[in-house]
Amino acid sequence: MRDVRIGIAQINPVLGDIEANVDKHLEFIRRAVDDKCGLVVFPELSLTGYVLEDLSYDVAVDIKSSAINRLRECSGDVSIIAGFIHHTSDHQFKIASAYFEDGEIVHVHHKVYLVTYGLFDEGRFCAPGDRIRAFNTKFGRQAVLICEDLWHPSSMVIAAGDGADIIHAPAASPGRGVSGSSQQLGSSRTWHDLTRTYSQMFVNYGTFANRVGYEDGINYYGLSQIVGPDGAILAEAPADEECLIAADLTDGALRRARISTPLRRDEKLELTIEELRRIKTERSQ
Amino acid sequence: MNPFSSAQSGFIDRIDDNLCLDAKLAIGVLEGFIRNEVNKVGFSKAVVALSGGIDSALSLAVAARAMGPGNVLALLMPYRTSSPASRNDAEELVEKLGVQSKIIDVSNMVDAYVNEYELSNIRKGNVMARARMIALYDHSEEFTGLVVGTSNKTELLLGYGTIYGDMASAINPLGDLYKTQVRQISEAMELPESIVNKAPSADLWEGQQDEDEIGFTYRDIDRLLYLLIDERWSVPEITSSGIELQFVDQLISRVRRNQFKRRPPIIAKISERTIEREFRYPRDWGV
Repeated sequence: MRDVRIGIAQINPVLGDIEANVDKHLEFIRRAVDDKCGLVVFPELSLTGYVLEDLSYDVAVDIKSSAINRLRECSGDVSIIAGFIHHTSDHQFKIASAYFEDGEIVHVHHKVYLVTYGLFDEGRFCAPGDRIRAFNTKFGRQAVLICEDLWHPSSMVIAAGDGADIIHAPAASPGRGVSGSSQQLGSSRTWHDLTRTYSQMFVNYGTFANRVGYEDGINYYGLSQIVGPDGAILAEAPADEECLIAADLTDGALRRARISTPLRRDEKLELTIEELRRIKTERSQ
Repeated sequence: MNPFSSAQSGFIDRIDDNLCLDAKLAIGVLEGFIRNEVNKVGFSKAVVALSGGIDSALSLAVAARAMGPGNVLALLMPYRTSSPASRNDAEELVEKLGVQSKIIDVSNMVDAYVNEYELSNIRKGNVMARARMIALYDHSEEFTGLVVGTSNKTELLLGYGTIYGDMASAINPLGDLYKTQVRQISEAMELPESIVNKAPSADLWEGQQDEDEIGFTYRDIDRLLYLLIDERWSVPEITSSGIELQFVDQLISRVRRNQFKRRPPIIAKISERTIEREFRYPRDWGV
């Protein structure tokens, strides 16, 4: 990979107002440029807000829409990952994050694992994605997984196996669980454990780009993180505040981590594939 | 202003056809609904606030069919400026249906508060609606009857009602019927013509008329709401069919602004299992 400074725009999107959110994106994109970032990551559904329910259909856009074009146009100064409801040509509605680089969309990830339990109801309104792919950028190979995708370790096996050196997790994680004297929300602790453990075990840079604000009584706590391939926290955002955080990612640190912990080198992909194939066959019998 | 003047008549006819219900079928569902919901919670009686307008008349008539007229109490709750004609219509309906009734003049109750302050018509109207709610729920206790609501789908969508006032009820048979459908079913139930044909009015102040206040006729509002809500038409689709954009924008903005009236108060999420979010039993769980 190339050395790159990446930022996380921990924002509070306006629910259902895509134009207002594009304006907010442009403001944070300018700040990322001023901070000399090469890439800025926005949270899940950053262009629409999260608790959309029936609004999903109203705010959905295709990738040629004016809102998406406005982001595309400023991706020459800084690459961008932003989230929206993707209205596909066959009228499916998918939770998407697009990677913008030099005026082009180089990748769109559709959330594979829709959350339809607890307080979440995504599967009622949206269709799931059907693939997980790493992709090439001018900074190297990266992957985007959206929120719940990360709660399935198989997503990470695929993204890392596909060669991603930087794996992003745009999220809209609500605060819940304030039991005891943990001084930390239950949901934020789980996320921080995930981000650090994954980065260390798959030896990649990781981002957890969470949002802030309130929607229908739900609080999104922020606490976004950028984590190094040794599990070290390189940057961390405060709780509940809109802000831009940034960290410098170097190929040197990745090289050192891959030498000291050569898990990727030793990963037996063929074995995994063969065993999974066997499991699939046995399950279908 | 006729917001449909540029629309093709075939298009409007199709909407009107779809808005037109099989009245007999609908009445059967509503009757069963009231009987089932009232009995389920261990009640056998119902209470309805009767203004003399078409909505409360229909609720009362269906409740009378469902529970038997002797098990239904109509509460007439005039204020001193309320329309005497509506009062007469209400009394005529009570007689026709054979339900029990009681007249509670809310003038003193309302004035005790209103005279303390300089209230605008809107505030005064809200106080009246909430005073009636107090009397209604009090009589629900005394009569041991469930409060049957009278808010129709058009009013609920437009937010044309007082939250915790006339919008308060235990069960609502009319909430999925547009105003024009209420009229259609009322005709089919042969409610008095004076009630069916009178200009709709909340009667919160003298001369008040819904359609003047809202700015459009219920007929036009219902046609548009039907397209937007029931058929999920997009705004460009609707305007390209010849319906005025300004009308569409105004109505959508009203529906959106009043979303809060249609939902319970939002609860600040703290725990892993929050009421209404992850704690989601059906209402019938409680019976």
